[in-house]
Amino acid sequence: MITFEGVTKRYPDGTVAVDDLDLEVPTGAITVFVGPSGCGKTTSLRMINRMIDATSGRITLHGRDVREIDPPTLRRGIGYVIQQAGLFPHRKIVDNVATVPYLLGWSKKKARTRAMELLELVGLDPGLAGRYPFQLSGGQQQRVGVARALAADPPVLLMDEPFSAVDPIVRASLQDELLRLQSELRKTIVFVTHDIDEAVKLGDTVAVLRVGGRLAQMAGPATLLTEPADDFVREFLGRDRGIRRLSFISAKEVRLRPAPSDLATDEAGRPLGWRTGDELAAYGTFDPESDSLRAALDAALLSANGVAVAVDEDGRVRGVAGRDAIDELLAEYAPPPAPSPAPSPPPSQGSGPAEEAPA
Amino acid sequence: MNFLFGFFGDASRWSGPDGIPVRLLEHLEFSAAAFLIAALVAVPLGMLIGHTGRGALLVVVAANAARALPTLGLLVLVVLLAGVGTVLPVLIPLVVLAIPPILVNTYEGVRGVDADLRDAAYGMGLRGRQVLFRTLTPVALPLILLGLRLAAIQVVSTATVAAFVGLGGLGRFIIDGLATKTYESVIGGAVLVAGLALAVQFAFVLLDRVVVSPGVRQVR
Repeated sequence: MITFEGVTKRYPDGTVAVDDLDLEVPTGAITVFVGPSGCGKTTSLRMINRMIDATSGRITLHGRDVREIDPPTLRRGIGYVIQQAGLFPHRKIVDNVATVPYLLGWSKKKARTRAMELLELVGLDPGLAGRYPFQLSGGQQQRVGVARALAADPPVLLMDEPFSAVDPIVRASLQDELLRLQSELRKTIVFVTHDIDEAVKLGDTVAVLRVGGRLAQMAGPATLLTEPADDFVREFLGRDRGIRRLSFISAKEVRLRPAPSDLATDEAGRPLGWRTGDELAAYGTFDPESDSLRAALDAALLSANGVAVAVDEDGRVRGVAGRDAIDELLAEYAPPPAPSPAPSPPPSQGSGPAEEAPA
Repeated sequence: MNFLFGFFGDASRWSGPDGIPVRLLEHLEFSAAAFLIAALVAVPLGMLIGHTGRGALLVVVAANAARALPTLGLLVLVVLLAGVGTVLPVLIPLVVLAIPPILVNTYEGVRGVDADLRDAAYGMGLRGRQVLFRTLTPVALPLILLGLRLAAIQVVSTATVAAFVGLGGLGRFIIDGLATKTYESVIGGAVLVAGLALAVQFAFVLLDRVVVSPGVRQVR
């Protein structure tokens, strides 16, 4: 576990990058620091591996104050991934990945064997091992960056806007890849981004920071979407919070009914469309096993008759769910009643605005 | 062309204490000594200044001084101060001439390494010295070699001035040729110096192939 206790970073010119930050980063989960530029998210991250030292307060890693550990030693025990990957251009991919093992004094053979394992783990062709970074695409370089950070199997991974320099499609696949890796590795990951959608997608916990380096709210993504602590967080989260929250509810519980006869299928049982006269009308599908309620609702909205088609992983029809079935689940997961806004006074305190009335 | 045949075709030019081989060797000796001294001073200094950022002013001053410096004037001055007959008067101006290009290019090369890369190196847990030697220097190597190449060519070309103060080298053919109006000697000497400069250039191209990582060479 990583803890921040009253951590402040003040620069000599008086700028406060991080102001009295208290938070706990849980072990084995992804914690995202998110906020607009100037909110101190990167500074906070870099204080963990002492790329920046805090002005006051304490950061502990596994119960030890990081200030007691010599920075290079500390950093060799923490994976670090940065924007643009920051690969060493003069070294082959395999040697880039083996950087920390080499520093730790592993034999060349052992370090390279480990590097090859990691290339495979992050989904890269081992044939790329002998190439140089400039011969790889941005997305591939970023994967190498992740492999390099994982090379010495550190329990903690710091990721500083690692996917912000690649195009949206590659970014989405890198995000999925990270989630897949994390489901296997269970590292303690601190991830910095300015992209709230990325934060909500990746974070088990999301810490929203505001300009001036103060923590605005720290919560799970679903809670954040339904119960933003204040206007700043609400605004930062943006539009469609209700819809986006549905991404965190599994579609498993959607009540399915057997497919009606007007759903045309091919011989394998895959849907072809809704029969309307001689034509087939549009339909939408979701997989209850792996998709969210958002996907189910989306499928219903895409169907000509408002009925979503549930399919298995091979795309075969398992049943259908009308809007009524989806609505049942929506009701079940409605946000908790009246999240009382913090500054309002308790209602039991007197019956009227007596104190404010002029005498 | 006839001048060249006259010069290089004369068998007596190829032997004796004032023959081409001896003069060439002398020329190479001054040049190599001056170049090595300059490199030993300027490369470490440039790396250190580029790495720490301290002393950058020195680099600027050196760069400007190099443009303004009259080599021949300096040579005469050093001869007046140190006296004729030793190698020192020749070495000093050549070293002074060679330092700025090496210093400036080494400094620029090291300082100019992408900040992200430097950050990544420290973030991986490299210590300051490891960052300099394992990351900054290999990445800056093409520029460092460029500085060395410019310096070497300048030194080789300028070492002809040794002849002005009574020392050997290929400059002898030019100076003596001018004095005795033996123009085939002047032209022959000039061709030899030019050829040597080209050879140096070629040697550095080969060196570049051998010591610079393909990953860095391509980026340039």
